[in-house]
Amino acid sequence: MREFDYYRAGSVRDAAKRLAASGNAMLLAGGMTLLPALKMRLNEPSELIDLGGIDELKGVKLSRKGAHIGATTTHVEVAGNVELRAAIPVISQAAESIGDPQVRNRGTLGGSVANNDPAADYPAVALGLGATIITNKRKISADSFFVGLFETALGTGEMVTEVLFPLPQRAGYAKFPNPATRYALVGVCVAQFKSGVRVAVTGAGPSVYRLEDFEEALEGDFSSDALDGLSVSAANLNDDMHASAEYRAHLVGVMARRAVAMALD
Amino acid sequence: MSGGMGIGAAAPRSEDRRFITGRGRYVDDINLRSQQYAWFVRSPHPHAEVRSIDAGQALEMPGVTAVLTGADLEADEVGSLPVAWGITSVDGSPAVEPGFPALADGRVRYVGNPVAVVIAETRAAARDAAEAVNVHYEELDSVSSAAAAMEEGAPQIHEAAEGNLCFNWEWLPSAMAPDAKANTEKALKEAAHVVSLELVNNRLVPNAMEPRASLADFNPATGQLTLYTTSQNPHVNRLLLCTATLKMPEHKVRVVAPDVGGGFGSKIYHYAEELVVCWASRRLGVPVKWTAERSESFLGDAQGRDHLTRVELALDAEARFTALRVDTIANLGSYVSTFGAAVPTVFYGPLLAGVYKTPNIYATVKGVFTNTTPTDAYRGAGRPEACYLIERVVDEAAAQLGMDPAEIRRRNFIQPDEFPYQSPVGQLYDSGEFEGCLDLAMEINGYAGFDERRKQSEARGRLRGRGMSFYIEACGAAPSQAAGQLGARAGLYEVATVRVHPTGAVQVMTGTHSHGQSHETTFAQIVSDRLGVDFANVEIVHGDTGEVPFGMGTYASRSLAVGGSALVKALDKVVEKGRKIAAHLLEAAAGDIEFSDGQFRVAGTDRQVAFGDVALAAYVPHNYPLQELEPGLEETSFFDPENFTFPSGCYICEVEVDTETGVVEIRDFVAADDFGNIINPMVVEGQVHGGLAQGIGQALMEHCRYTPEGQLLTGSYMDYCMPRADDLPSFKVATRCTPTPFNPLGAKGCGEAGAIGAPPAVMNAVLDALRPLGVKHIDMPATPNAVWWAIEAARSGE
Repeated sequence: MREFDYYRAGSVRDAAKRLAASGNAMLLAGGMTLLPALKMRLNEPSELIDLGGIDELKGVKLSRKGAHIGATTTHVEVAGNVELRAAIPVISQAAESIGDPQVRNRGTLGGSVANNDPAADYPAVALGLGATIITNKRKISADSFFVGLFETALGTGEMVTEVLFPLPQRAGYAKFPNPATRYALVGVCVAQFKSGVRVAVTGAGPSVYRLEDFEEALEGDFSSDALDGLSVSAANLNDDMHASAEYRAHLVGVMARRAVAMALD
Repeated sequence: MSGGMGIGAAAPRSEDRRFITGRGRYVDDINLRSQQYAWFVRSPHPHAEVRSIDAGQALEMPGVTAVLTGADLEADEVGSLPVAWGITSVDGSPAVEPGFPALADGRVRYVGNPVAVVIAETRAAARDAAEAVNVHYEELDSVSSAAAAMEEGAPQIHEAAEGNLCFNWEWLPSAMAPDAKANTEKALKEAAHVVSLELVNNRLVPNAMEPRASLADFNPATGQLTLYTTSQNPHVNRLLLCTATLKMPEHKVRVVAPDVGGGFGSKIYHYAEELVVCWASRRLGVPVKWTAERSESFLGDAQGRDHLTRVELALDAEARFTALRVDTIANLGSYVSTFGAAVPTVFYGPLLAGVYKTPNIYATVKGVFTNTTPTDAYRGAGRPEACYLIERVVDEAAAQLGMDPAEIRRRNFIQPDEFPYQSPVGQLYDSGEFEGCLDLAMEINGYAGFDERRKQSEARGRLRGRGMSFYIEACGAAPSQAAGQLGARAGLYEVATVRVHPTGAVQVMTGTHSHGQSHETTFAQIVSDRLGVDFANVEIVHGDTGEVPFGMGTYASRSLAVGGSALVKALDKVVEKGRKIAAHLLEAAAGDIEFSDGQFRVAGTDRQVAFGDVALAAYVPHNYPLQELEPGLEETSFFDPENFTFPSGCYICEVEVDTETGVVEIRDFVAADDFGNIINPMVVEGQVHGGLAQGIGQALMEHCRYTPEGQLLTGSYMDYCMPRADDLPSFKVATRCTPTPFNPLGAKGCGEAGAIGAPPAVMNAVLDALRPLGVKHIDMPATPNAVWWAIEAARSGE
């Protein structure tokens, strides 16, 4: 870790102002990715702006539009929220599959989507449910938000304040955890809406993405069997010591079937 | 009198109160006035010439005291890191032991090789400055696998080691057994069946919970050096510092290993970092501290295993083993670590008989240099590698012959009436009852009900497999003379001092070191049991050469068998002296005094004196036989065992495989061990659990991997997969007991058993599950990816 300044922001406005003013400041939410990166000197910000003291960023609210989850709501809070679990269980299930208890106690929803780790769980759920990412400046659909490897649509001085998840008819998230990290080696979120089916995949590629042929197949028949005969190409999938691209491609199919089964359960 | 905490009691651990309440005192908790910090500049290249080191910019940075290099080390005549065990090749030549300087002497040979050290007022300043040290490297070709390093044209890592060969070793050597090789070959030729396997024993990173740390404090006024270090054997570190590297007189050096958070072998050795902080402290006259980051532990702690083995087992028509031939390539890494050459040879070859009466055994081992972190002893050290190949090939034989794995083992076991049993590879096994252990494990496993469980698994879409292993290991290192004949360059006895205080409270100074093994509890139980003093009135002191007379430390499951035995001998001396004092006090002959339950009693009478009163008399000798006896009550014993001890045990593992994903789940794990006599069954169970977790980790998860050139791929927990609690089943453990006759406690040792017996049991179970799909072979670790590919390959007929 190198020297940096620390600033504890009092409000979203305060944090955003500070962020815009500094050339090389970074926002600190749960710090579960950022702090290890600082320790390894992979990130060298001039200042950390701590969002931990901003009450308006915390909490889960349900409305007719869906579930509004504040950016600094921790995974354990999401997993433990009874109303949310009744309304959209897939979000709670994904939250409780993240990392380990220590990570779930510190890590936040906003931190996860803003970081857009290619193997994180929340991006799959956000994209699968067609969530809206709300920032201090605008609303961004998940389809536009997750741009690429660790890359999002967030602009300079922009920060995630809330994520709005619409209510699906049913949804499931099946995750094959990396045995070492428990990130998703492959995770598939399947959600059925009146308007159609969405299938989002994390862990397999450079960034979370949708599987359109799976969506089409499930729109006709929302069942695991509907996916029989569909295969996933290994081209452009991640290939590392934990899983070859072919194995990941195979797992996408398996996890998609299991996600459908969970949605139907 | 013992407070119910004598031998055999599941006494709660005395250590736990301080560990659980955060009152442990580890090396990094110790801070000294004017202390400075060391940060190492390490090679980013697996193999390179160091053309120049420019520290100019670093030295100008705030807080920086010094930047030291290999040239400074050489100028101060600091010796190379020593090799503590010499190995002899087939042709009689000694193993190549290239110098291992603590800071590179012009060439680096692995990623992480220390090149320079920065000493600064803060850790951050030292680290910042280390990044500013400008090292000019000229990269060389490099190689990480031992097999590739042996190929013609492979990069040469040490000039003295042609073909990167450190040694070419055979067991037994032809001088000791002229016919072993020929007889083994003949038996293989004449066999009814020969089963052969090529096996990889995967390289592991030890991953003690506490990273290594060293704090050296040289006092220029007294010339005294105190080193606080994460060591399993502080006296050994002092011995090597004084004789091989710093070359200081021993009375001027004190080594303290305070609370240490795990070792598993990785904290045995005399490492570069502890030497450098001692040297830097002596040079600069200030205390110098180094604490490893986890990333440094991955690069710098000696790693384990990394064998490539071809094994052939010959059987007669009745499935009796007639010969075993083993050919192993062992990856030693870039230098010979302290015991690096001994682990794949003398800790390995002599165990190749396993628990079977195989008459002909012959093994060769080639030790090979590569551009990787040096390997050395890791929990089990040579015995897991031996056990793995034996138990894999025995199971393979059972599968090929269509026999029950239990039956083929039964047919070949050494029988209880054959002990002590002289194995054909040089060990004299002490005791054992292998069928008894096998039956116990089978009973707990519910062996007969497996087919039913397999059907139930199938109904859930899972393939079920069962695997068995039967290990034996040599513990309690070692008879010093035997070890000396095998190349050891130090003795392997153990030492205990029992100090009885005037009040009757007892302190024990033991040369063993507890870094998770619970000696403070179990050794106190022995004292409590033998002297009849309350458990709470006993304190075990360890880990400080300033307090403990001498000792060889803790590894090879030796602490109880050797250190506990030294303690028993010292306690016997205390009782003997106490008997004479009591005889005086009771006005009786010493020969008439009995000692039990803390009372010295005139035999056949009610005249008695308590142990505490005898102690008081020894220190306040108003009524005392001063003409015959010195006052005081303190005794020291050295114990050098006549033989190793040989724990053994049967493990049965049942797994379920999800063929869709390749995930292996352990559904049942039974460990039936024979550790001889047990002091504290709870502590033993804990040791077994820990060993099993590491053994299962090796079988299913852990794998230290390098690129072919030698860049470490698994440099953090993001890639190196450690087992977690929820990866493991609830273990079913049980023990049987055949005491060893070779030490007064009858104890064999239990620290490494789980890590030795578990890997083959798990892998045999995985293969048992997958054989119906046509899978014939899979190497450790059987990760989901590896299992899925094995299934795919079998399905496509590859």
